[in-house]
Amino acid sequence: MRFVLGALALCLAAATASAEPVKVGLVGVLTGPQATLGQQVRDGFMLGMDQLGGKFAGQPAEITVIDDEMKPDGAVAKVRGYLEREHAPIIVGPTFSNIMAAIAKPTLEGGAILISPNAGSTAFAGKSCSPDIFVTSFPNDGPHAAMGKVAQDRGYKRVFLLAPNYQAGRDATAGFKRFYKGEVVDEAYVPLATLDFQAEIAKIAAAKPDAVFAFMPGGLGVNLVKQYRQAGLARIPFLSAFTVDESTLPAQRDAALGFLSAADWAPNLDNPANKAFVAAFEKKYDYVPGLYAAHGYDTAMLLDAALRATGGKTDKAALRAALEKADFTSVRGPFRFGTNHYPVQDYWLAEVVKRPDGKYQTEAREKILTADVDPYAAECKMPK
Amino acid sequence: MGEGWAEMTLLVVQALNGLQLGLLLFLIAAGLTLVFGVMDVINLAHGVQYMLGAYLAVTFAALAGSFWLGLLLAVVASGAIGLALEWLVIRHLYARDHLAQVLATFGLILTVNEAVRVLWGSAPLQLAMPEALSGSFELMDGLRYPVYRVALIGAGLLVAAGLGLIVARTRTGMLIRAGASNAPMVSALGVDIGRLFARVFGAGAMLAGFAGAMAAPLVSVEPGMGDNLLILAFVVIVIGGIGAIRGAFVAALLVGLLDTLGRSLATDGVKLLLSGPAASRVGPALASMLIYLAMAAVLAVRPAGLFPTARA
Repeated sequence: MRFVLGALALCLAAATASAEPVKVGLVGVLTGPQATLGQQVRDGFMLGMDQLGGKFAGQPAEITVIDDEMKPDGAVAKVRGYLEREHAPIIVGPTFSNIMAAIAKPTLEGGAILISPNAGSTAFAGKSCSPDIFVTSFPNDGPHAAMGKVAQDRGYKRVFLLAPNYQAGRDATAGFKRFYKGEVVDEAYVPLATLDFQAEIAKIAAAKPDAVFAFMPGGLGVNLVKQYRQAGLARIPFLSAFTVDESTLPAQRDAALGFLSAADWAPNLDNPANKAFVAAFEKKYDYVPGLYAAHGYDTAMLLDAALRATGGKTDKAALRAALEKADFTSVRGPFRFGTNHYPVQDYWLAEVVKRPDGKYQTEAREKILTADVDPYAAECKMPK
Repeated sequence: MGEGWAEMTLLVVQALNGLQLGLLLFLIAAGLTLVFGVMDVINLAHGVQYMLGAYLAVTFAALAGSFWLGLLLAVVASGAIGLALEWLVIRHLYARDHLAQVLATFGLILTVNEAVRVLWGSAPLQLAMPEALSGSFELMDGLRYPVYRVALIGAGLLVAAGLGLIVARTRTGMLIRAGASNAPMVSALGVDIGRLFARVFGAGAMLAGFAGAMAAPLVSVEPGMGDNLLILAFVVIVIGGIGAIRGAFVAALLVGLLDTLGRSLATDGVKLLLSGPAASRVGPALASMLIYLAMAAVLAVRPAGLFPTARA
């Protein structure tokens, strides 16, 4: 009896295959100290799905949220298992580059296309680029390079650099120096577990630089910004990336006012799609979205546009070609993919402000780079 | 006032910073060393008790509208949570070996961290400094030092003196010292060792909570904030000698000073030997290793730490 029922179910499944939902695995870090960013990406993506009525190109979508827990081995097992079970054509994720390095191979081997809404390893932008990997954020050092341009254009002669002592920290200072040609007074690399920046703050005060450039993500940035302000150093311009943004401002508050950040998006970017996105996001989630949420939302819209172009088909070649066109309205304004499947987009200088309703956000003040093509694209020989 | 004077001032400022970090470490390490020394329990959950202190202070300060009331309530609540934890979990571990204790208290870390995330969210929170201590004064040219940090130094010294007095001069202190050298004997002499253990654990939790609440205006209040400090606190108690308050005090200051001076001087020091880019790689690595090198050195010379407790 059970066998008959099972066979019947199989037949039914085969009969309804044409109306099968479009399956997407949404991978990101949702637990642990870095969870804030993963949640922003997820919330942005899910808001997009809400507005699309839970459908891509009119077909029902089945989104499976996968928490990678910031553990590369666990992420690989989860992604591999998901793809084997569901044969999903698309994986959206992850949040951080180390996880991206881990899940790229199993994703492609599982027959899916990888679209990263946040992690942007420079390796996949250059030599290791792949036709089935897309990144909707930026190469990791994009905002750092943009901030270096600001320091150069403003004529700062001596800049003090501050970053955590790991690969992304080294990448950040290297990125900053792409356009900045002045003197780097000192480069301080602190342990990732730094609580108290008094040692570095005293060094900055003694060095008297024209500006400070900091890459201090998450809790590190909260500690640094508070202590920097408390030490009375706020008169020295504070240039940064991923250090003062909507994910940390609720804890930094007044301490971050007037601090500068480089980004490809800010909540006040003046275009209709963005205004609608920010209003809907705050209404649904009751917090100010950061660029992570904007990238998540854009990724949902990109997928919808691509599936519209393929007529709902998830055939790999067709989907890839449709994704490359990126025929959607980005909340960032002008958006297209470069030859390496990384965005060609504008970068903005954003300043931290307090809004009339008492919440904090970054506001774009001036455009730093227009339709910027990252330098890694030249090293990418995209296989056809 | 020339270059040399500025260098000297910077050095003094960095020493002050090291002292302050050391005192914060002491507040955490003191409870840990008591629990380890007296009860022979490795309590990995000590770091989450520090985190809870910070979160409770943020919540109570917002509810009560006053930093001081928030601090008081947070310390009391931390102690209560400590007693509850002792009753629920730790009590059942006294007779077990260290591995079981490590596993159980590591489980507590995971549980409490996630519980905090569920209750308060994963985004970092902040606590404003109390109005009365929110000022700052000029420490050196262009660098201001918050009065609050001076208060933190004062609080650390007061707690150290208070603990020193309690341990050296009171009956409870005598039992604690006795418990640290031979707990079964104390029990055999008719002391209710269970109650003593519960009180010690509660006091340790209060100290950790106090440290968390005091640190909250300076650092980001977020899930997992105690995990890194826990490692430093273990380094402190190993250097100081397990169970010794005086050892914890000296070792905490030593670790604080080494860490801060290492971070400020290591790269420049290495530059004397290596080229700029190489120095900027070796320097920070050396600075983060410094306290562990110190621990290894102390253990090589004095395996039981600087101020070992006489053990039966």
